[in-house]
Amino acid sequence: MLVSPYPKTSHWLLVVPALFLAVFLALPFGVIVYRGASIDAFVDSITNSNLQRVAWFTFWQTVISTVLTVVFALPVTYIVSRFRFRGRNALLALITAPFLLPTVVVGTSLLALLPQQLHYTAISIIAAHVLFNVAVVVRVVMPSWAHISPELAYAAHTLGASTFRTFRTITFPLIRPALGFATTAVALFCFTSFGAVRILGGPAFSTLETEIYFRAVQLGDLDGAVAISLIQTLFLAIVLYAWMRWTRTSSTLAVVHSHAASPSRTSHWVAIIIVGFASATAVIAPLIAVAYRSATGWSQVWSRSTASSLFVSVRYAIISAIIATLIGTCIALAVAYSTTSTRVIELITSLPLMISAVTIGLGVLITFDTSPYAFRSAWWITPIAHSLIAIPLVVRIVLPLVQTIPQSLRDAAATLGSRPRVQWLTVDLPLMRRGIATALALSAAVSIGEFGATSFLTRQSNETLPVTIARLLSRPGESQHAQAYALATLFFVFSIGAVFIAEVTRNKRNITS
Amino acid sequence: MKRFTALALAAILLAACSGSSSETEQSTAGPVTLKLLAHDSFTPTEGIFDAFTEATGVMVEIVRGGDAGELLTKAALTAGTPEGDVLWGVDNTLLSRAFDADMFDSYQSVNLSTMDPSLMRNIPGHEVTPVDFGDVCINYDIAWFTDNDISPPMTLDALINKTYANLLVVPSPISSSPGLAFFLATVAEFGEDGWQDYWTQLRANGVLVVDGWTQAYSTEFSGSSGKGDRPIVVSYSSSPAAEVLFADPPTEVAPTGVAPFTCFAQIEYAGILRGTKHKAEAQLLIDYLTDVAFQSDLPLTQFVFPVNSNAVIPESFSRYISRPENPLSIEHNVIAENRVAWLDEWSSIVFK
Amino acid sequence: MLRIVDLTIHYADEVILDAVSLEVGTGEVVSLVGPSGEGKTTLLRVIAGIERAESGSVFVDGRDVTAVPTFKRGIGLVFQDNQLFPHLNVAENVAYGLRGLSKNQKSQRVSELLQLVGLADLATRDVAVLSGGEAKRVAVARSLATNPKVLLLDEPLSGLDTQLHDRLLSDLAQLLAQRNTTVVHVTHDRQEAESFADRIVDIRSLHRTPTVVQLPTEAILPLRMAVLRDGTPSQDPTYTQDNAPGCVHLGIFDSDTLVACSSWIPQEWPLDGSKPAIQLKGMAVAKHKQSHGLGAHLLEAGIKHAVAHNTHFVWARARDSALNFYTRNGFHVYGEQFVDEATGMAHHLVMKTITP
Repeated sequence: MLVSPYPKTSHWLLVVPALFLAVFLALPFGVIVYRGASIDAFVDSITNSNLQRVAWFTFWQTVISTVLTVVFALPVTYIVSRFRFRGRNALLALITAPFLLPTVVVGTSLLALLPQQLHYTAISIIAAHVLFNVAVVVRVVMPSWAHISPELAYAAHTLGASTFRTFRTITFPLIRPALGFATTAVALFCFTSFGAVRILGGPAFSTLETEIYFRAVQLGDLDGAVAISLIQTLFLAIVLYAWMRWTRTSSTLAVVHSHAASPSRTSHWVAIIIVGFASATAVIAPLIAVAYRSATGWSQVWSRSTASSLFVSVRYAIISAIIATLIGTCIALAVAYSTTSTRVIELITSLPLMISAVTIGLGVLITFDTSPYAFRSAWWITPIAHSLIAIPLVVRIVLPLVQTIPQSLRDAAATLGSRPRVQWLTVDLPLMRRGIATALALSAAVSIGEFGATSFLTRQSNETLPVTIARLLSRPGESQHAQAYALATLFFVFSIGAVFIAEVTRNKRNITS
Repeated sequence: MKRFTALALAAILLAACSGSSSETEQSTAGPVTLKLLAHDSFTPTEGIFDAFTEATGVMVEIVRGGDAGELLTKAALTAGTPEGDVLWGVDNTLLSRAFDADMFDSYQSVNLSTMDPSLMRNIPGHEVTPVDFGDVCINYDIAWFTDNDISPPMTLDALINKTYANLLVVPSPISSSPGLAFFLATVAEFGEDGWQDYWTQLRANGVLVVDGWTQAYSTEFSGSSGKGDRPIVVSYSSSPAAEVLFADPPTEVAPTGVAPFTCFAQIEYAGILRGTKHKAEAQLLIDYLTDVAFQSDLPLTQFVFPVNSNAVIPESFSRYISRPENPLSIEHNVIAENRVAWLDEWSSIVFK
Repeated sequence: MLRIVDLTIHYADEVILDAVSLEVGTGEVVSLVGPSGEGKTTLLRVIAGIERAESGSVFVDGRDVTAVPTFKRGIGLVFQDNQLFPHLNVAENVAYGLRGLSKNQKSQRVSELLQLVGLADLATRDVAVLSGGEAKRVAVARSLATNPKVLLLDEPLSGLDTQLHDRLLSDLAQLLAQRNTTVVHVTHDRQEAESFADRIVDIRSLHRTPTVVQLPTEAILPLRMAVLRDGTPSQDPTYTQDNAPGCVHLGIFDSDTLVACSSWIPQEWPLDGSKPAIQLKGMAVAKHKQSHGLGAHLLEAGIKHAVAHNTHFVWARARDSALNFYTRNGFHVYGEQFVDEATGMAHHLVMKTITP
């Protein structure tokens, strides 16, 4: 973007976001660095065999989880990208639902489903990650795959390429950018996974993220926690930097023409039925398990304490969604309307991705603990932490939308006498509306499910739902567990319903895809 | 668009308002309610605080916060701006952490004179007040051992014997205070250089490590309500008494036993949280907690010994408890210095 | 080299191609012409194996490939919209079908082909920036690379501006003349067909020749009624001469249904009574079978019958809406427009002279 449509706005749009991020992100992180950046602590941490074990586990579980996720996701992506069939929307909603669920809920439902021997094993953690992340691959790769015309495959066939060779040389290269993006995102999620590991890991399995939490909260070793936090951030920074250099930052396709068609061959139908059935079962089984085990918990669920945490969660979700969307949109607009290199700004907005949720929680905890800045006990610090996590997502949703607003529309408005301000209100804003709505919804979902940062900041009086579920699960006793399962069931059903509705209304309004 | 904005504004207002209201529950007007933070095992008789409320006009709300370790860490992290007024349940293994965090306001209770002086040895500064004591010991399921015709383990050494392979469940010392007590017992027994070997052998012998005591005792242990797989568990010297009292159908014989040479002495304290707005009332509560009425309730509800020497210990309690003669112990400043390093090393040994 | 036998192709319950047969010799270039929507592209795709036929067979070089998947058929297809692989450059696209060759051999072959299509300098060009003509040439080069036994060209010059069109036309013609590939080329442009085809085939003529049968009057009345009286004031489908001696009713059946009929009655040509003449009346083709060439078949049969009876003229009172049909089939229009009393529609006289 060499010419900015609104040249003077870019800078002042960044003022509020910069302040916000400076106080609530940069400052706590700075405190962490200051506190933990002694060479001794670093060396201690690296040579600590315990930590090496944890780091190794974090690494290999990430690799295996990511590989398995992609392996399972590809067939599903195939059938939803290439075919239109009855039940496709339902299947898509089912696959997407686990991603919107709090990781605690996914972990809980797997606990309900898996037999005792598999509890607290690496397998259960990996299973949770796969269940969780298949949706990412499917939804990110689907537009690219649907966009590929089947004629290309036919052309390849007429040139002597078998079905497999066609996939390898034609289809795969065309979906590779999207797949690469999705794979990296999944790897990042698995690496910084917190809720699933807390619930399913037991005392034996710990990732860097949960280790930070254990040290800070259970061991009382804040310095150790800080050291791990720094190491993790460094690692993530390197990975993210490498990835950004390797890929061209392309905004995702805003409008995509789908070539999905009704299946024409028996082999297609067979694929659809097998894959659809298997994936639907994989999602429904935990749901049924958790609903079944929740039988005795329902009466308790409406107790004062549980109802209040529901209320707290919703409240926080609304507030953090609004904050995240406001700030994220300002940043997106600043980037879109600026004439300076966008890569720099995009890198900066990816910063919160490098700093894990737990690190944010830890940072806030140790920064705002002395009056008059004793915010850490304030109720509003939690939604702010949530919004910090959601901001990069908001930017990634809104930015492509703004960038693809055709300048010709603004020019048309200009020729009709509209000043830039009015142009923005009448051209840009309406076109961003859907993106903003999506950003709001996604930020709210992030907030409701957030567990990592919240674990540090939660207090008895304002538990969020994921914290409540984790607490109920940590107390043995059928009744407690049943309540946890009941809450998990609610989440699950609600999540599936929400995605289904979103899917249906989206298809009604769009003709393409 | 307009409808959407209106809805959004309404949501914001609603959220903002209700946010502040729940935090101002305890306004200055009206009767004072003290929040007593305690761990999950704090289960006094219902209505035990009625007498206190009658006498002082102060209400008491019990807020349970999980295991003692968890409870303490949360309180440590919020030192100065506490979530409650009085904390019950910091024990001698965790004392160092409490002092590090400077989370208590000192107070000398009027009932200190009724206590055995040895109970005061860790707290010359009176940051906290002793409220009960007991021992953390290995418990075993008598029936299981009879059925399998093996004699139960009596010492820590015995636990690494092949006879007892895959029979032991312990709570993690990182997340559980009795777990920590047991770990410290092994340090006391085998020394600062010897415990590593011991735990390596324990691990080779199939020890099961779980998160908390409740899970170990009430789920995995075969001799209690959970009817689990493991007949040897870390618990308290008073647990057999608890089993008898809660037995259904009633019984006269304790179904579980205690291994006498595996015990670690545990003293529990209560303290006033620094930063509380109701210091005077909190002090009254501490006095009440160490007074005869409350102390006499302790044995049969929490299965611990009262510190107040005037408290009444029912016969049904003492009958089933055999206090070990020489329970193991470690000085709390030694614990303070080494805890983190020890637990780190323990982790790498057990979870390799 | 290429033989298709009785290929029937359906699309959503409609029959697009009905028992089509065609034979193309080795090295022959056949142009398939006909109006759009007649199934020419579909036929190509079936030959290539991309789409399936209801029934019938395809033989390549004597081998039955009906059940063989596309990639084993050895049939090349140049798509109407080229379908160049977007992630490969020009050279890579052309080289796609080359297997089992070393890198050097591949690049040599690619340059040969690019030279052939006149794109020698564009080897490393990104396919997204190619012009229409360039893209088409790349597509042709790509398909030729595999030395297919049969090459299919689907409307290769559609959508190109005139200058490009003409240039590509001559280039393609030259190219095809040089090689000995069997080619089936589809177009709706007759001139294009005439430029490089050895033989032009109208797709409509490929259908199985329907059998024309002689029928009694009652058999054809319902069809006449449905087609000719529909929407007109008259409700009487009969003609006075229906049962007169010498009157012949000819019809074509589709399974058990009568789909076309015509009546041939000995009747003087109004403008010249000196020679024997036969009047064609009541030509009706069922709506769903129109444009299938059935009318032409009936005409052919009727004229044969007329020839056999030493007739000199075949004439008819044609509705203006059908004039094109008659003129296409060799009839001439005579006289002025008149209105038929029975139907109220405008008519002209048409006549064809047949010399026995």
